[in-house]
Amino acid sequence: MFRFLIKRLLLASTTLVAISIVTFLLFFAVPSSPAWVMCGRNCSPERIAQVEQSLGLDQPITKQYTDFVQGIFVGRTIDDAGTIRECEAPCLGYSFRSKEPVTDTITRSLPITVSIVGGAMVIFLTVGVGLGMLAALKKGTVFDRVAIGASVGFASTQTYTLGGVLLLVLVYSTGLLPNPHYTPITENPLDWASGMLLPWITLGLINSAMYARLSRAQMIETLQEDFVRTARAKGLSPGVVNRRHALRAAITPIVTIAGVDLGAYLGGVVITESVFSLNGIGREAAQAVTDLNLPIVMATVLLAAFFIVTMNIIVDMLYAVIDPRVRLG
Amino acid sequence: MTTSTSPAEVTVDPDAYLQVRDLKVQFPTEDGLVRAVDGVTFSVRRGQTLGIVGESGSGKSVTSMSILGLHNPARTKISGEISIGGTNIVGMKEEQIQRLRGKDVAMIFQDPLSALHPYYKVGVQIAEAYKVHHPKASKKEAMTRAVDMLDRVGIPEPQRRANQYPHEFSGGMRQRAMIAMALVNDPALLIADEPTTALDVTVQAQILELLEDLQEEFHSAIIMITHDLGVISQVADDVLVMYGGRPVETGSVEQIMKRPQHPYTWGLLASVPSLHGDAGADLVPIKGNPPSLINLPTGCAFNPRCRYAGTNGNLSFTERPELRSAGEAGHMLACHLSAENRQRIYAEDIAHAGVAQ
Repeated sequence: MFRFLIKRLLLASTTLVAISIVTFLLFFAVPSSPAWVMCGRNCSPERIAQVEQSLGLDQPITKQYTDFVQGIFVGRTIDDAGTIRECEAPCLGYSFRSKEPVTDTITRSLPITVSIVGGAMVIFLTVGVGLGMLAALKKGTVFDRVAIGASVGFASTQTYTLGGVLLLVLVYSTGLLPNPHYTPITENPLDWASGMLLPWITLGLINSAMYARLSRAQMIETLQEDFVRTARAKGLSPGVVNRRHALRAAITPIVTIAGVDLGAYLGGVVITESVFSLNGIGREAAQAVTDLNLPIVMATVLLAAFFIVTMNIIVDMLYAVIDPRVRLG
Repeated sequence: MTTSTSPAEVTVDPDAYLQVRDLKVQFPTEDGLVRAVDGVTFSVRRGQTLGIVGESGSGKSVTSMSILGLHNPARTKISGEISIGGTNIVGMKEEQIQRLRGKDVAMIFQDPLSALHPYYKVGVQIAEAYKVHHPKASKKEAMTRAVDMLDRVGIPEPQRRANQYPHEFSGGMRQRAMIAMALVNDPALLIADEPTTALDVTVQAQILELLEDLQEEFHSAIIMITHDLGVISQVADDVLVMYGGRPVETGSVEQIMKRPQHPYTWGLLASVPSLHGDAGADLVPIKGNPPSLINLPTGCAFNPRCRYAGTNGNLSFTERPELRSAGEAGHMLACHLSAENRQRIYAEDIAHAGVAQ
């Protein structure tokens, strides 16, 4: 277990370093410059040079990259056209646009994304997996057909369609729900929940569809396993057979996929955030890309990569806990 | 038409623990009705072993599954009678059958690796089988019983082994554990479905010996399902040969192994190598494949693969042969060949091939 962890952590760090370098290179490969974007169309070359200098873009790429890395681990001093800023570790730089420290942007937007994804996950893991398992147990019945039919429908619905319709019906027409907004859970849990309800339902339902079909398929396959027949031959009741023997085995791959999905979603759910005008990580990242706002692009890309890599390690370890046949090493 | 088509006159021992009468198991499917078992009658006494032999799809496993009532009633049509210790379980409610399963009737499956749950320790799985029929037993008592059973089936260090997972066992040890689980409630009837097929030959003999020893100890009735006539000759008292969902020959192990009368039984015997015979002699496989159970050949189901079909006029292709006495008491046969022809063919073509010698 320990060796496995060390090995995976080393691999994870290498991945993150590689991703940061590639992102950096890609950024400078674009035939455009943040200075042009910021300065506007009729900008003199002198003005552009000035802006580039203030952003530190006049330095060689290698210097910029080492500065960036140095900032993360020990902090750095940034000279913004005469204004000296002390940026303490972990320093991710300052936004090219708002001059806000990137760490502040992240700490502001990450809780929003975490709130959306967390709630949605609770929905699709209960509704989706629950429906799928039930459908498998009642395979071929009306319940199964309705559940699977509905899940095909939801799976082929886009977030912006479902989100838009829900907004129109539940917020604008009937006023049943307040406009989606973010209040920290620590301030007012009830308001936090009511503001998050629509994104939860939207992201939750669309993912439920996928998870329902996955769980149904897994469960149907597991119910045909020999060990399920053995459990029945022992004289166990169908409930015990299904829960203790079939479900336990069918759930394993679902845990894996849910873990990997969680990692991917924590890096930002751009469309959901945009549909409901919530400034989560995804929306910040998308905005930063259009603005060529390098410090935020770097931060959001690395954060997303960090979540995916971390969740993968956690899922692998979890797998070894669930399935005794899996040995880590 | 002068041939009599009176129904099977197979006698069922009224004292036998298991009595199966005219069992039919059918599965309606989109392609048609699958007649997996189409009229089987047999009985097994406690302390006796019945071997059911046949190829894949002959209906032997379906028969055993229906004795445990394991078929989904929504997708299966079962008729006839399965009497276990005097109770007919055909049409019985699931909750009632559950009380029999694992307690009065237990089963050993072919591949112990896939038949044991990969996520639970062996001891826990055996204890679970005990506890379900002994709800008053504590967890500790059930576990002690499980360790005790592992010891009885010859697993060394049972205490330690009970705490291991199935994948940490060797194939033979796993099948022993499976047997321990089946016997944990002292079942009166044990069904072993190809219990040695997935094992090494050397381990096979050990498992069969173990089953025989345990049968003496527990005095249970055993149904041994197999396609391996070597296994049958070693453990069975009586044999039922099945083909296409129907019995084609039945009798004592002596009658079936030494004086087989049905061309299908001959085929099974001739395709197994013998230790005593001519090492250079070729084995004779049964040509062709088992028939589709949706669309059985008319007449004798074996006729497309039978070398002697048509010997007795057109009967093989038009009329289904019923089980009739093959001469000796207890020896029954469903074949259109005349007695003289059967004896002549057996002596000329069969007696020298495979284990038939």
